[in-house]
Amino acid sequence: MLLRDLTQRECTLRLHGAGLALRTGAYGFRIRSRMSQVAQGLWLLYAHHPLLADTDFVDFDLSLDRVPGIRRWVRPQAQFLFDGDSPFEPLPADHAYPLLEWSMNWCISAHVLDTLLLHSAVIEREGLAVILPAPAGSGKSTLCAGLVLRGWRLLSDELGMVSLQDGSVGALARPVSLKNESLAVIQRFEPTAVFNRVSVGTSKGTVTHMQAPADHVARMDERARPRWVVFPRYVAGSPPLLQPRSRADSVLELGRNSFNYGLLGPAGFETLADMVEACACFDFQYSSLDDAVATFDQLLRAAAP
Amino acid sequence: MTAPRDLLSPLWRHPRRAPPFSVRDWELVIGQARRGRLLARLAQHVLDLDIVAQLPAGAWQHLASELVLVQRQRAAVQWEVDCIARALAHLDTPVVLLKGAAYLLAGLPPARGRVFNDIDILVDKRQIALVEAALMAAGWISHERDAYNQRYYRTWMHELPPLTHVTRQSVIDVHHTITPPTSRFAVDGALLLPHVLPLQPLQQAGRVAVLDLLDMVLHSAAHLFGEGEFDHGLRDLLDMDDLLLHGQATWPDFWPRLLDRADALGLQVPLYHALVQVQRLFGTAPPPALAARVRTLQPSAAARWAMGWALGQALQPKHPSCDSVASAAARFGLYVRSHWIRMPAHLVARHLLRKAWMRAFPTDDPNPTLTV
Repeated sequence: MLLRDLTQRECTLRLHGAGLALRTGAYGFRIRSRMSQVAQGLWLLYAHHPLLADTDFVDFDLSLDRVPGIRRWVRPQAQFLFDGDSPFEPLPADHAYPLLEWSMNWCISAHVLDTLLLHSAVIEREGLAVILPAPAGSGKSTLCAGLVLRGWRLLSDELGMVSLQDGSVGALARPVSLKNESLAVIQRFEPTAVFNRVSVGTSKGTVTHMQAPADHVARMDERARPRWVVFPRYVAGSPPLLQPRSRADSVLELGRNSFNYGLLGPAGFETLADMVEACACFDFQYSSLDDAVATFDQLLRAAAP
Repeated sequence: MTAPRDLLSPLWRHPRRAPPFSVRDWELVIGQARRGRLLARLAQHVLDLDIVAQLPAGAWQHLASELVLVQRQRAAVQWEVDCIARALAHLDTPVVLLKGAAYLLAGLPPARGRVFNDIDILVDKRQIALVEAALMAAGWISHERDAYNQRYYRTWMHELPPLTHVTRQSVIDVHHTITPPTSRFAVDGALLLPHVLPLQPLQQAGRVAVLDLLDMVLHSAAHLFGEGEFDHGLRDLLDMDDLLLHGQATWPDFWPRLLDRADALGLQVPLYHALVQVQRLFGTAPPPALAARVRTLQPSAAARWAMGWALGQALQPKHPSCDSVASAAARFGLYVRSHWIRMPAHLVARHLLRKAWMRAFPTDDPNPTLTV
């Protein structure tokens, strides 16, 4: 059963009661919240995600609600609770939905040690995955959103999950986070894309989330083989520039940007080194999404047997 | 409000059996263990009972991940202890490891599946200034810039303010004894040092040691009931259960010697409360022949009742499934009590007034906090 098979009221009742239990990739979340913003956001963005059965184990049990007391009226705030603990400072109530998404990222990145977690977007085509690592502000999510709207399948826009057993990457197919100017860029690029309401003035600026396409969510259990590591950089006015990058340096940069590389020790190193060994690594500078789509299509054609 | 459901502590009751948990129960117990820093211990327990295959699909990964973390921490703790030993090798004091690091390096049962926080060491009080200087030379500095807080530690506490390594961020707590000198249960560190057990030298020469097993048990009891916070209470009590079982299995006269040592150090009351809880939760008890001797440890009937109730509440997991008005009241009561036994009333009053003043009228910090 998918979330869209519930009525919006049923979805809200679950959030108010025992929780809405849904699955994104390998992870089950149970979410409780009395905030309408959270209910509406989930209803919209996770419509195509499967609900968990009562017999399924839920990995992360979390709640997102208004901070009680005086804060209910004076500058209301939302807070994330995990096992009754509050790992982050509360945020203004208007930022509740992005806080939920960040909290879900944190649940995975702070607890999962059976998979190498790269801080990167991952997309796939014909079973081959592109790892798009990048520090904030490099245009990683924008590029990821653009490519996902042009034939590449979304695995994740934030967490690259590399199996320690076979080196394949898994999918979450969760909403894509878009910030500031990139929202308008993607709206222009693909007017049919579905967005949540916008939260203004967060620590990352103006943010919203784009729904993952339904067929991408439906295929979230299909893993992919890493084939390229592409470090994107948005430079206004630049033509598309794809330049080879050293594998050694790519390993270092990916390791630095990993959530658990340091904790995994030798297993993490072996997995990362093997992954990069099997990949072509590039720096990619771009300003137009259409150019980027053409460049990535070329990469795929060049890799075809 | 539903009744509290502590699924965690009954797991370790002897004899230990596979728990009849549903999927929801496993989710809950994993959450409770996570809050109590017992997730790795739960993982170890599941391995010991050989019931990995009985867990619902997906549950084992959470436990296995924590074992990976513990493995990493063990390597880090061994490395840090080596660094500390080298930094202090030239000083005339043993470097006595306490709690987690001690269990690990002495190969004692509580080390299995135990996560570590800071590294606690105990040194000769007469050498403490030299120890602090030597650790600073090796890169561990105090981030406590407030003059009053510095004085609070140095005058009234049994430890220095925490020292943090400038590059590795490892934290050391340097003690000169196991309870605050102003406490109702003050212990002279000089009584502990003659009994410490040297460990095999690590790579570098250095007098690394651990407390005698009896003193370890008593430290564990004093720590558990002298602290105001019970977030790790169940973990500390499990450490103690492991130590008691280890002692009784390896020393024929363990129990009488433990009771004698509690008398010698003046720690009868903390030991009594700890034994009551260990017996209540895990079933581990002194031999019946010693029952009369154990009763000589006990405080007044009112204190026994109040502490029994409060500890019963506070040792439940700090998790929404167990939160109640009673548990909140018990935790608050124990917090107040911890101050009460830590210092005489006039000192507590002075300290709390000073703290309130500092909060109300913060002074401009001449050394702005170093942000790392």
